[in-house]
Amino acid sequence: MSELFTLPVLLGILYSGIRLATPYLYAAIGEALSQRAGVLNLGVEGIMLMGAYAAFFVAWRTENLWLGLGAAALVGAAMGLMMAYISVTLRAVQGISGIGLHLFGLGLSTLLFKTTMGGVQSISGFKPIRIPILADIPLIGEQMFNHSILVYLAFLLVPVAHWVLNGTTLGLKIRAVGQNPAAADSLGVSVMKIRYLMVSVGGMFAGIAGASLSIALINLFQENMTNGQGFIAVALVYFGGWKPWGVLGGALLFSFVQALQLWIQVKDINIPSDIAVMMPYLLTILALTFAVRRSDQPAALTKPFERGEA
Amino acid sequence: MRTGRGAGLVAVQEEMGGEGALEIAYSESMFNVPDAAAALRDYASQGYDLVIAHGTQYGTSLSQLAPDFPETSFAWGTATNTFQAEGISNVFAYQAEAQQGGYVLGTLAALMSESGVIGVSGPVEAGDAKLYVDGFKFGAENAKAGTQVNVSYTGSFSDVSLMAAAAETHVAAGADMLTGSSQSVVGAIGVAKDKGAFWFGTQWEQTSLAPEAVVASQVYDWTGIIKDMIASHQAGVMGGKAYTLTFKNGGLVIAYNDAIEVPAEALAAADAAIAGIQDGSVKPLP
Amino acid sequence: MSETTSTAPRTAASGASRAWQSWQGALVPVGAVLLALVIGAVVLVILGADPVRAYTAMAEGAFGSVSGFTQTLVVATPLLLVGLGVTIAFRGGVINIGGEGQLIVGALAATAAALYLPLPGVLLLLAALIAGTLAGALWGAVPGALKAQLGVNEILSTIMMNQIALQLANFLLRGPMIDPKEIEAGTRIAQSALLPAESYLVRLVPRTLLHAGSILAVIAAIGVFFLLWRTTIGYRIRAVGLNPDAARYAGIPVKRYQMLALILGGAFAGLAGAVEVLGVQHRMVEGLSGGYGFSGIVAALFGKLHPLGAIPASVLFGGLLVGGDKMQRTVQVPDALIVALLGLVVLFVVGSDYIMRKRAARAQTHE
Repeated sequence: MSELFTLPVLLGILYSGIRLATPYLYAAIGEALSQRAGVLNLGVEGIMLMGAYAAFFVAWRTENLWLGLGAAALVGAAMGLMMAYISVTLRAVQGISGIGLHLFGLGLSTLLFKTTMGGVQSISGFKPIRIPILADIPLIGEQMFNHSILVYLAFLLVPVAHWVLNGTTLGLKIRAVGQNPAAADSLGVSVMKIRYLMVSVGGMFAGIAGASLSIALINLFQENMTNGQGFIAVALVYFGGWKPWGVLGGALLFSFVQALQLWIQVKDINIPSDIAVMMPYLLTILALTFAVRRSDQPAALTKPFERGEA
Repeated sequence: MRTGRGAGLVAVQEEMGGEGALEIAYSESMFNVPDAAAALRDYASQGYDLVIAHGTQYGTSLSQLAPDFPETSFAWGTATNTFQAEGISNVFAYQAEAQQGGYVLGTLAALMSESGVIGVSGPVEAGDAKLYVDGFKFGAENAKAGTQVNVSYTGSFSDVSLMAAAAETHVAAGADMLTGSSQSVVGAIGVAKDKGAFWFGTQWEQTSLAPEAVVASQVYDWTGIIKDMIASHQAGVMGGKAYTLTFKNGGLVIAYNDAIEVPAEALAAADAAIAGIQDGSVKPLP
Repeated sequence: MSETTSTAPRTAASGASRAWQSWQGALVPVGAVLLALVIGAVVLVILGADPVRAYTAMAEGAFGSVSGFTQTLVVATPLLLVGLGVTIAFRGGVINIGGEGQLIVGALAATAAALYLPLPGVLLLLAALIAGTLAGALWGAVPGALKAQLGVNEILSTIMMNQIALQLANFLLRGPMIDPKEIEAGTRIAQSALLPAESYLVRLVPRTLLHAGSILAVIAAIGVFFLLWRTTIGYRIRAVGLNPDAARYAGIPVKRYQMLALILGGAFAGLAGAVEVLGVQHRMVEGLSGGYGFSGIVAALFGKLHPLGAIPASVLFGGLLVGGDKMQRTVQVPDALIVALLGLVVLFVVGSDYIMRKRAARAQTHE
């Protein structure tokens, strides 16, 4: 066991953990924004897949990564709008409509992949940017400050989302709409408008989460390449208690344990590989079992709003 | 999967004179309904001479429906059971001795490695992947004493992201040679390319994914087996044979990437390993 | 505030209008399928395929022959069972995404029981079915207890439990439960030994895979209907789902019934896994679940979250899957198209629900 707690291993975990956390951060922060406004979007996985495909395809064809990123954001926002129309305007059961959206994204991205790309292609994605001075910090500098732009932006998103939620009038409205839509409505806040906005923004970030995989971290597209990450992202929102910093904590815990279990295997520590793979999932549950939890769930989460009903 | 069996079929088709001579139809299910009984029955009733079910989970269905179509030959893999014990005579089985190529590629990797550390990432510790990984490890350790082969599994056949992280971990642990098995290795090949490590592929030719990093791939060449199945069928032998891809029967081939120069010493050792496996003097598994 | 399970029938509607409503309600999924098929036809034309030929092949593949139709029923069986579990959970106001994991542990437990218990004849089959059901229930009880005791959201825990079950299966099938023949042959494929023949569910139509599990599933659906609408426990589960605050006010221990809903949901998914092993595969294989745990959610929705509605719904859904495969073979369009269309169908069904309710409410005020 002592082999595990050596400097190279810890630094390796830091580096891989940061990379692994990136797509979770985009998707989970986006989902947290949507849920704070009262809408559960279970379709994150499908949106991520469409975002990953759109980013890759556009970047592959135009050789412009930024156009690819834009395409992913646009596709993500469009799918978010779809979700908003169905869950906000048509007041559909949110858990199920998200699953519909997921299937739609999974099927469509696979269909497009097979008909427009033929097979797995790879591109040269966003290159790591070494941040001067910070990257020169002994030991951890190189691990933390030599990543691609999409990794930095993912982590930057956390304080930004925190500030938007807690330091702006928009944030106040979002929280009001998610907590007590009837009261918000009576104060002249448009519940519809806020929910539409946040679900679309959440979709946009889910699309970017997919893009971070296909044009920054792995630089290829393969059918169903997100492999359940979108669902984990939704779980991380609950884990993080709907707070951006909490989501960051959850994403990092999950990703660091993910990186740790790979090191456990590499260092040939005597744990069956399947049990090692199980660790991040098991620990996420255990962490919640031992942590004392307040129920911070937005009171109106999953509840459609109808004027005059409450 | 066009990269595996599909490619073999197309090669046979071209050899036999194109689409007019050999008609191929294929179907792959993304919803992964575990049972393809309807599809298999459908092909058989349409009069196809040879119906191949690629997937271990199709065995039960196959043994159920094969007796209904005595005029059709069925094949399934990767498996060794042709159901002859159950009185069925029109099923072929096929599998690959993945450990053979694994051993050879391990030999190459050990002799090319400067750090003496090699990283291997597999999907689930079973079947084809397990055989390949074990063979690779054994080959590397035999080629150069003291070579350290680190092995990890991702627990999934499709998690490209975790596969990439596994490759990163191997590189951070000092590996300069990487390999892996399953469809998800595409994620790891990208890491090899970015980190300047060399990659060894298996199952299909992987050079095109990273011409600057892929040294060689163990390629499954199904053409010989498929041709033999067709020939057997035409000669009236409907099944009962269990095929294995090996170096000896030409089913396994090491495809080198011309763009990367392999040291003569390593190349010679690899050739010797192939020869040894063929004549039985080298055992690819411990 | 409107209820979370919005498909619950209105109580105030008169008999006649209720009949009209349920007739209309049944039409919604059919209409949604038709609309999705129209969109699919456009996509097919864009991809250069003949939609008429494609859809003919699809209908033929699913329902046009004995082999096709029995296969549709074979696929519909686990969908129905998982769908029943999902229905109970949704009626109880909890979202069970854990069907996949519950199905896997159910299959594992049934396999272990059939392989290792020294029981004669039909007792072995019964023991295997019960073992699968109990294992699924246990896998549902964990998220249930976490929710009831610690307030851990079931979406989070069921997602995690799915992955844990998957890795557990990987571990058992390559280690303790692997077929000794696989070790002998050196192929090491991750599958259990073939089960003893006494444990098989009987085949209903010779030379097809249709097995008695399909009948079992229909009986289960009727049982769930009685449970939910004819027993106190069922009434309480629905009350908790409809309005937890009112239920609490009425003295129903809300958390306990939510936990029960998750346990029952898990039990049915576990039974689905057992039935798949004992009826179709006759051994536990890697990839046995094939996404049933997930698509069962869609089947439940097709059935408008009603146990009896789930019967035709799972047949329709099974038909789409089996027929979609045939379509792919006929016009060579990836069956990913079917998955995308299924997604649209779900969106149309849940989306149209509100419009139907509005119309019903209007009709009522006119009465």
